[in-house]
Amino acid sequence: MHEMGIANSILEAVRTEARRFPDGHICKVGVRIGELAGVDPDSMSFCFEALVRETDLEPLAIDIEYCSRRHQCRACQTIFPAPMEGAQCPACGGMDSVFVAGDELELSYLEVEDGTSTSGT
Amino acid sequence: MERVPLERKVLNENGRIAEELRARFAEHGVLCLNLISSPGSGKTTLLERTLESFAPGERVAVLTGDIQTDNDAQRLARFGFPVKQITTGGTCHLDARMIEKALADWRLEDIDLLFIENVGNLVCPSSYDLGEAAKIVVLSVTEGEEKPLKYPSIFFKSELMILNKIDLLPYVPFQIALAEENARRIHAGIDIVRVSCLNKDGLNEWLDWLSRKRAAARAAATSAAIQT
Repeated sequence: MHEMGIANSILEAVRTEARRFPDGHICKVGVRIGELAGVDPDSMSFCFEALVRETDLEPLAIDIEYCSRRHQCRACQTIFPAPMEGAQCPACGGMDSVFVAGDELELSYLEVEDGTSTSGT
Repeated sequence: MERVPLERKVLNENGRIAEELRARFAEHGVLCLNLISSPGSGKTTLLERTLESFAPGERVAVLTGDIQTDNDAQRLARFGFPVKQITTGGTCHLDARMIEKALADWRLEDIDLLFIENVGNLVCPSSYDLGEAAKIVVLSVTEGEEKPLKYPSIFFKSELMILNKIDLLPYVPFQIALAEENARRIHAGIDIVRVSCLNKDGLNEWLDWLSRKRAAARAAATSAAIQT
């Protein structure tokens, strides 16, 4: 059960990013979790909510986008969900594909209320 | 309400430390291997058999992680190589900062091969980069052939799967070919070695795999040194 540690890392990142919005309140954080990241999304939500409760970060919601494993077909370049190796390309029927995504563990966006971005970075 | 796009890894601080460690290992030609398995799959016994195969003076060291106790470090220290216990006090995995801290009073110049024995857990350790050259997953034949499908993350990220305790195959309903097929469905390129730490079957194959990796790490360090 390392979701608590990961939820904590997300909150640290939110706090760091929050400095860019001194007049705003971050009300939602978007997170991408790939199926190969080894992180359970339900457990993650539970830990996140527990850590946020009764802190200055409230109200802060988490929006988890669970991403399937995806491969790219070597023949036609189509990217498609591939639960396992050796998956068939749905576009051209090709059997030769390469892993391109599915191990994400990253922040994708923040939703800020009544705030303005103070800098571009 | 404003939506601000972000591109930031959740574990970017761990990733930063891991990359620093990786650069230090590369600079000193240290091959660092991160061993991961369920509790009781035989990581420590595999390391015992491995360490006892080395001649005294081999430049090998071990960091071993556990939630509590230094039993594993005591078992591994008997072979005369540097061993340090990392006790996580409840945390279910090692992270890069723990490795950095544990290495603080060791000279990487004196080490060619560093084993990190992670906390027994097939899930959490897979998320934390420790700066290793390769992850190795140990699966024992008492655990079931479906493990690679149930825990795809670690099998996907491991370069080698060691199928351990093969001496027990006559006594357990474990289909070894199916376990290997499942691992390759998750990670087509995974190397697989079948080992018994009890009767030492397959141990030479594992030691050969290690030798090849050590030679490659040395060659990479030498060519990097020549270029600079």
